[in-house]
Amino acid sequence: MSNKQTTISKDAANKKLIVVREFDAPLEEVWRAWTDSEVLDKWWAPKPWRAETKTMDFREGGFWLYCMVGPDGPGMWCRADFTKVVPNKSYSGDDAFCDENGNITHDIPGMHWDSKFSATDTGTKVEVEITFASDADMQKIIEMGFEEGFTAAHGNLDEVLKK
Amino acid sequence: MRRDVFQAIADPTRRAILSLLALQAMTPNSIAEHFDSSRQAVSKHIKVLTECELVKQKQSGREIYYHFNPQKMKEVDKWLEPFRVKWEDRFKQLDNVLKNLKNKKT
Repeated sequence: MSNKQTTISKDAANKKLIVVREFDAPLEEVWRAWTDSEVLDKWWAPKPWRAETKTMDFREGGFWLYCMVGPDGPGMWCRADFTKVVPNKSYSGDDAFCDENGNITHDIPGMHWDSKFSATDTGTKVEVEITFASDADMQKIIEMGFEEGFTAAHGNLDEVLKK
Repeated sequence: MRRDVFQAIADPTRRAILSLLALQAMTPNSIAEHFDSSRQAVSKHIKVLTECELVKQKQSGREIYYHFNPQKMKEVDKWLEPFRVKWEDRFKQLDNVLKNLKNKKT
């Protein structure tokens, strides 16, 4: 059981959130976990949600279309458009909420992602930089995280209680 | 309009005012001198900051001084906490996925 700490820092002036975490696995495996939809479906959604991929085309210019499925059925559709891919090193993309055909909806703000992967002595470090178009967008997404975070915390609690 | 810390720090001018006040207490006039915008606009920003208690005012003789209230700023970090929980949860799942990948290979 690894005890890796997730650090999240905010750079309000540049409308950025930076998430850093280390994983106890070799670089190629961590890279695969972040870029292969079959693996992504297993962890991408925070509990009690799960991600279900409709289509995945991981290359520059391609996109990932998936649905967040909750206990009450299909929830939000999301797409990630990949703008830059450097295998086993980094990728960038734009995340947005959309309908099931991938048509982007604009009532929830999108965000830009830059993810970097590097090997460490014990595993792999992943750094995700999330950039928002405006302060208001950043606030809205964090507020959504707030709600989801609560649900996630309860999900964890359930697991603890079951044991 | 909502008057909370997050509303307050979403504005770049208000962030700049907070940075100034974090260094020293200032009168409204001395704050306004640091900005190109009108005195009226600046005092509006100060009003928002005061209403959400990021800034406190103290009378000193004939002058009013504004002070930064760091206690209130801590709320911002608390606010990020559930966002962090969400990511933690996600990453714990990834830890398990990676462990399974490893087990499959050996």
